[in-house]
Amino acid sequence: MSESTTNELVTRNKQGVKTLTSYIIGLVLSLLLTVTAFTIVGRHMMTTEHLYIYVMLLAIIQLFVQIVCFLRLNASPEGRWELMPFIFAVVIVLVLVTGSIWIMLNLNYHMMH
Amino acid sequence: MTTEILTAHAEGDESSTDVFGFWLYIMSDCILFSCLFATFIVLRHNTFGGVGMREITNLPYVFKETLFLLASSFTFGMAILSMYKNHQSRVIGWLIVTFLLGLSFVTMEVNEFANLISEGHGPQTSGAMSAFFTLVGTHGLHVSLGLFWMLVLIIQTAIFKLNPTIRRRLTYLGLFWAFLDIVWIFVFTIVYLMGVA
Repeated sequence: MSESTTNELVTRNKQGVKTLTSYIIGLVLSLLLTVTAFTIVGRHMMTTEHLYIYVMLLAIIQLFVQIVCFLRLNASPEGRWELMPFIFAVVIVLVLVTGSIWIMLNLNYHMMH
Repeated sequence: MTTEILTAHAEGDESSTDVFGFWLYIMSDCILFSCLFATFIVLRHNTFGGVGMREITNLPYVFKETLFLLASSFTFGMAILSMYKNHQSRVIGWLIVTFLLGLSFVTMEVNEFANLISEGHGPQTSGAMSAFFTLVGTHGLHVSLGLFWMLVLIIQTAIFKLNPTIRRRLTYLGLFWAFLDIVWIFVFTIVYLMGVA
């Protein structure tokens, strides 16, 4: 009985240390990505088109960093229940946003030509 | 016997099913925000001769806001960790720190909005400004509601201690708060950074 309690405590402690490490990694990576994004835009280090692509890439990387490190989303059997609606939401968001941009830009193009 | 297994299963899984339900809410909130983002991206150049994103963006100011929100996301994580370790006073301490960081964020945003409106660049001036106020305002409203919720939970934790119900509520708020920080990544990238690029 006492042994199992100790074991449980040790596991819980390890779990806590693991969570703390992941929070710290998440914070440091997010800070780095945010500073990089603001610096390349603030100093106008490249053309507008390139800036668009790079800041979007940095945002998507930071999205994954925060999802893994802060939200602790994972592909383990228990985590899969959260993962599936997440993937579904990502698909809907992509269809909505790219679809709107595509249609409206096309409309603009045909209005002008 | 079957009933026994079912009851045991239901009891053991109750909190994880509840958290799953809250997760579904967050995912539908994601879709709400994506509609606002799509609207903003479509309308952002329709300034009707008024100011655009380039003129109203103050990058260092937005950077400070971002840091406040990111730091609050981290300190909420620390509160959750203290909850795992059953340190009630530390949970309350970290929640108060998170609350103050979140409050600084909201104050800065309200200040930005008030300046814009007083300079005559309110949401009624152009399609771009309407989309801007709706998108950033909806995020700010979420953060404000999260702050109110946090205040309630600080009081509840102090009164009821860390019982299973309080733990579950803290978990929900943790998911909500991390989600708001993730939405903000896209707000500062699409609205502000792409606005001045």
